[in-house]
Amino acid sequence: MFEDLLTHAPALIVAIPLLGAFLTPLVGKINDKLRNIFAIIIVALNSFIILLLSYNILAHESVKLAPDLVKNGVQTYIFGAQSANYPVARIIFEVDGLNAYMIILGAILPLAAIIYSWSFMKDETGQDKYYTLMLLLTAGMLGMMMTGDLFNFFVFLEITSIASAALIAYRTNNKFSVQAAFKYIVISTIGALFFLFAIAILYGQYNALNMAVLANSIQYGLLEKIAFVLFVVALAMKAGIAPMHMWLPGAYGRAPASVTLIVMGTTLGSFYGLLRIGFTVYGEHLISGTNLSIALGWMLVGLAILTIFVGVLMALRQNDFKKMIGFAAVAEIGYMLLAFGAALASVYQDTAGAVAFSPEGVTALRGGMFHILNDALDIGLLFLVAGAIYYVSKESSLNKLGGLARNLKYTTIFFVIGMVAVSGLPPLNGFASKLMIYQSTYAINPILAIVAILASILLLAVFVKVFYAAFLGPKLPKFDKVKEVPISMLIGMLILACIIIFIGLFPNLVVENVVQPAVDALQAVLDNTNNYIAAVLGGA
Amino acid sequence: MLTFQIPYLAVAGLIIIGLYAVLFKRNLIKMIIGITLIESGVNLFLITLSFREGSVAPIYTADATQGTLMSLPVPQALTLTSIVIGVAVLALMLTLVIHIYRHYGTLDVRKIKEDDN
Amino acid sequence: MGLIDSLSQIYETLNTDSGFWNPLVWIGAFVIIFLIAYILRGYGNKAYKKNTEQTKVFLSGNPEFDDKEKMHVKAKNLYWGFNETLKGVYKILDRLHTDNASDFILWFVVILGIFFIILGVL
Repeated sequence: MFEDLLTHAPALIVAIPLLGAFLTPLVGKINDKLRNIFAIIIVALNSFIILLLSYNILAHESVKLAPDLVKNGVQTYIFGAQSANYPVARIIFEVDGLNAYMIILGAILPLAAIIYSWSFMKDETGQDKYYTLMLLLTAGMLGMMMTGDLFNFFVFLEITSIASAALIAYRTNNKFSVQAAFKYIVISTIGALFFLFAIAILYGQYNALNMAVLANSIQYGLLEKIAFVLFVVALAMKAGIAPMHMWLPGAYGRAPASVTLIVMGTTLGSFYGLLRIGFTVYGEHLISGTNLSIALGWMLVGLAILTIFVGVLMALRQNDFKKMIGFAAVAEIGYMLLAFGAALASVYQDTAGAVAFSPEGVTALRGGMFHILNDALDIGLLFLVAGAIYYVSKESSLNKLGGLARNLKYTTIFFVIGMVAVSGLPPLNGFASKLMIYQSTYAINPILAIVAILASILLLAVFVKVFYAAFLGPKLPKFDKVKEVPISMLIGMLILACIIIFIGLFPNLVVENVVQPAVDALQAVLDNTNNYIAAVLGGA
Repeated sequence: MLTFQIPYLAVAGLIIIGLYAVLFKRNLIKMIIGITLIESGVNLFLITLSFREGSVAPIYTADATQGTLMSLPVPQALTLTSIVIGVAVLALMLTLVIHIYRHYGTLDVRKIKEDDN
Repeated sequence: MGLIDSLSQIYETLNTDSGFWNPLVWIGAFVIIFLIAYILRGYGNKAYKKNTEQTKVFLSGNPEFDDKEKMHVKAKNLYWGFNETLKGVYKILDRLHTDNASDFILWFVVILGIFFIILGVL
């Protein structure tokens, strides 16, 4: 019965928030509360369609809602034509296991953020523009995660960076917000321009912009090497990998808390772009058992270790709540890159001449993939708690807080859940994904696992510092009249906390059904029928 | 043969000068001009890719019918999109510089810092 | 629901390549040990004198002020030992983390150059 909806779902997922974004100022002229309810309805409807689409792609054949739409685990949506004839001249949204996994993030994070901002932004001016930009940012992020065309990826990347920069500078009376937004837009623009340069190089060589067509026909000459390096470094800068990470704590720390939640989704979208270009477009040459994959894997591992160290060490020094969580977010992205780099470094060529990831490499891929979802949820919950503390006390520096656990009982519980999850303590979801990363990287080289575990312990130290400074301690007289945060903010935090506890208690359920198809999509280049390419070009 | 390489040399020159302005100039406005130079370089590169020797513009007129050699229209569409994105980003950056000047009183990039406590 | 093959898949353990993790077994063990500890605590001495020194907060001999603001250890002093020991590392890190927008792009160009050189050689 959902057949019609699912046929057009990839386009609807981007179209509904876009339409909602442009209708929001009109609805806002009638009534303020009506506009807030309208935004929540749009995001809830969008999340429902996203979950339907993901379920249809990730489920087994016998229980899919519309099985003939999904061929071999890939659903394509062609804008403006019946079928994709070669040479492919249309823009295509191609949703395979990896895309279906990433858009789940786009279902959870905007819902929590917009419900949270009902009360959080209540006293600010210009809320019409806020909701418009948030919905636009959601549309851009979802488009980035679903597209199968390189130039379309660039356009959505620019949409998200413009909307994010405007939202980071939302409180224009605060001088630090404006300068953080300026640095964010400079970094984003230069990264995107070099990305466009690499697209132009590939277009000049192959006359194709479609990712599947490029994956089919790409050779590995000098020009492709130049384009690959430009792609990797530009997307790594957008994803916040050291030493190009310095914009991230400022941008995350000075934005309103609900904005940071969705900006984090776009950072992970850039990381997804890195995976798509590495494993799919250049997959044939990268995972070929020659020196290239090993060298590239070890370079990425080196960058990842630098990221983890810099993130954790700088986080211990900070005294501003949100900047501290920003540095912890940098360290967590280092974990993901460590897992993927270690998996690339473990590619080998067995006696029959076939190339494969070693078993530890596959576990590292699964751990890194699982960590993307876990990290977004954990750090998102911590940012929402930081926003709640700012809403209640108007202070953002930890030196001036204290003794808030007496008044803010529920917020304290959410903070403890977030703290346990981020530092990878059992039984929550951080432990499940970090265990996979520890055990797989230990088999590849013990030093990697030692660095990873040490960084987790130091992250726990960072958040224990925050817990003591903000929540414990004697009752301060200036916080006497502080009451619990409004209920919409509690609902926003509750959504994230419930999902964290669910994934923590049943990790195998999530890994087998949701993460494994995504990892299979990454490894699709190894078998002869590459589903991603076959869905566009037709046939083996 | 060198005449066909001049656009590529111009692209390299624009990008290098733009990067120099972003990296080594201290005024924020000069940094933004550097970003615009890099963007002009990338747009020029995209347009240069669409040229074929002896071609006409890709528009069907009475003289240019189905068989005439036309330059490729797709990179021209990509360049238009990129120019529009560049204008939007430039407007946003200049607005942010106005706000920065109002708060900090200076446009020196070394003095616009976070608060360290 | 066919997404879960059978009900028992919910309780399965997560298999990494060289180990396993089952959160429900862990929680069960945690609850059992907690109950044992609670029962053992019940065998202790239940009597205490109210409103004497025994019920006040333990301050290890420090004087107690009326102004609670002065009694709370500030966040920047909390990890003093750690910060003192790693002063050298932090001096280098602080010098690198200038907030200069041009330096961000300088790192980008440096990493671009390093990647070009390494990938060009291979």
